[in-house]
Amino acid sequence: MPRPSLFGLLLVAPALALVAALFLWPLGHSLMAAFTLNGDFSLAHFRKAFELYSNDIVFTLLIIGLSTLLIAVISIAIAGVLTLSETGWLVAVLKQLYRWPLFIPFIVAGQCMRTFLAKNGMMNNTLVSLGVLDPSMTTSFLDWRGIVITFVWKQAPFVILMLAGAMASIDRSTVEAGRNLGASRLRCLIEIVLPQVGQTLLVALVLSFVTMLSVLSVPMMVAGSQPTMLTVDMAFRINAYGDYPTANALGVISYGITAIVAWIYLRHNLRQHAEGGR
Amino acid sequence: MTTLRALPVAVLKVFALALFAFAIFGPLTNLALWSVAERWYTPFKLPVTYGLRYWEVVFRPTGDAMASLMTSIWIALLTVAVSLALAIPAGYALARLKLPMRAAIMILFLLPQAFPSVAIYINVARIFYQLGLTGTVGGVVLVHAAHGLVYAVWIAAAAFAAVDRDLELAARNMGASPLRAFFTITLPLALPGIIASAIFVFLESLDEFTGTFFVGVPQVSTLPLLLYNASMGGNYQIASITALILLVPSVLFMLFVERFLRADVLSKVGH
Repeated sequence: MPRPSLFGLLLVAPALALVAALFLWPLGHSLMAAFTLNGDFSLAHFRKAFELYSNDIVFTLLIIGLSTLLIAVISIAIAGVLTLSETGWLVAVLKQLYRWPLFIPFIVAGQCMRTFLAKNGMMNNTLVSLGVLDPSMTTSFLDWRGIVITFVWKQAPFVILMLAGAMASIDRSTVEAGRNLGASRLRCLIEIVLPQVGQTLLVALVLSFVTMLSVLSVPMMVAGSQPTMLTVDMAFRINAYGDYPTANALGVISYGITAIVAWIYLRHNLRQHAEGGR
Repeated sequence: MTTLRALPVAVLKVFALALFAFAIFGPLTNLALWSVAERWYTPFKLPVTYGLRYWEVVFRPTGDAMASLMTSIWIALLTVAVSLALAIPAGYALARLKLPMRAAIMILFLLPQAFPSVAIYINVARIFYQLGLTGTVGGVVLVHAAHGLVYAVWIAAAAFAAVDRDLELAARNMGASPLRAFFTITLPLALPGIIASAIFVFLESLDEFTGTFFVGVPQVSTLPLLLYNASMGGNYQIASITALILLVPSVLFMLFVERFLRADVLSKVGH
């Protein structure tokens, strides 16, 4: 094994310094602020955080959990159609359609949905015009449903992109064999294709989950009232009260949620490696 | 028999596709309508009067919106410059040189993206406040650069790894210095990937809201902040036009991303 390159470390050092200064240092700050009271170790800030915001912690988990679930179902369905459908025009049109929200920023998605999902937004208006909905039955979707819809709209294309890519690269002969034995396309998707791309699906969903956990603009713009998500609570603690300890305790709780998701991913990954090694 | 069954199935497919298209384009159409609606109130399903009055307001050379647009572009360009200056040497080292704990270093660049960022930014804002960096363009650029560095470094490393090592060796054998081989062979060959990473970083910076929200206020107003303030203030026309301005580069990038990122580079990202 060749000697580690000192020159190489020198080249990486400036980039690492930026990450250290703007990520590790503030991370240390946030842990210090969350776990200390007058210089001593204390859990008082967590007690306060749970007292004030336990509803919002559950709400955040439910919103993001539901969004992740819906993203998974929709992505599997659409990537499945893209891979297994024999209707050429359907695949061609779908391929052009699904990607549009891919790089649209969350704040723009938030503004789109703020108008689209309102009581008098385009969604209700279209449903009323088509006769599906009575004008008196229209309601605003600008609450938890709005957040979920915005998250799914914005994140599903990313998961579809990764999943369809993985599905395109699996061995087609396994699918052909299944089809020849009389399996329906749905069954081929669930029993043959999906197990082969599980790893990609998991990575894409974990990345989406963590991304949604960090978004501030969507819950602020799409659903203003209580209950709301942890990111909004943190911003509120800071902007309204300058209350750094409680905000940081909420921050540490969100690190905890991320850590659990990362742990699930790593455990799955290790199991895959163990099976691969057998 | 098959033709009898095929028709309803085809109708069903067209219907499903139309529904999907409405879900994707409905919100965007609503946004576009608001941008040209001079007056629009209930119970009207479409704007009462159309016009470009608010576009004039936004593009008035002395207006807030133009100032925010210029600030946004200036910050994004500076962020690209800072990111590339750090990522090109780092990417080269990660692709070509023997580094201890290489995997850990790669993960470290990912962490600012993978961590819940609000909790980090409130502490960055506090540290910057002590240093006098809050509300300055420099402070915002640093935050954006740290956030975008994972794209810059990972893609640069992939681009350098995809360059054929034999070409460098050939140049060295003909007497080129290591520096000259780098600047005449390696860097030009890796350039498409590096340009792709620069576009990524540029867009990330242009669209960034949370970091600017905590670190940039009140002096630095970028387009996303203008959008947010206009929207919360109920000025949907200004908010929608600002959103459309942010939308254009994102959609263009979506349409052309495959041209910039070749498959051989893409397959090496993150390795």
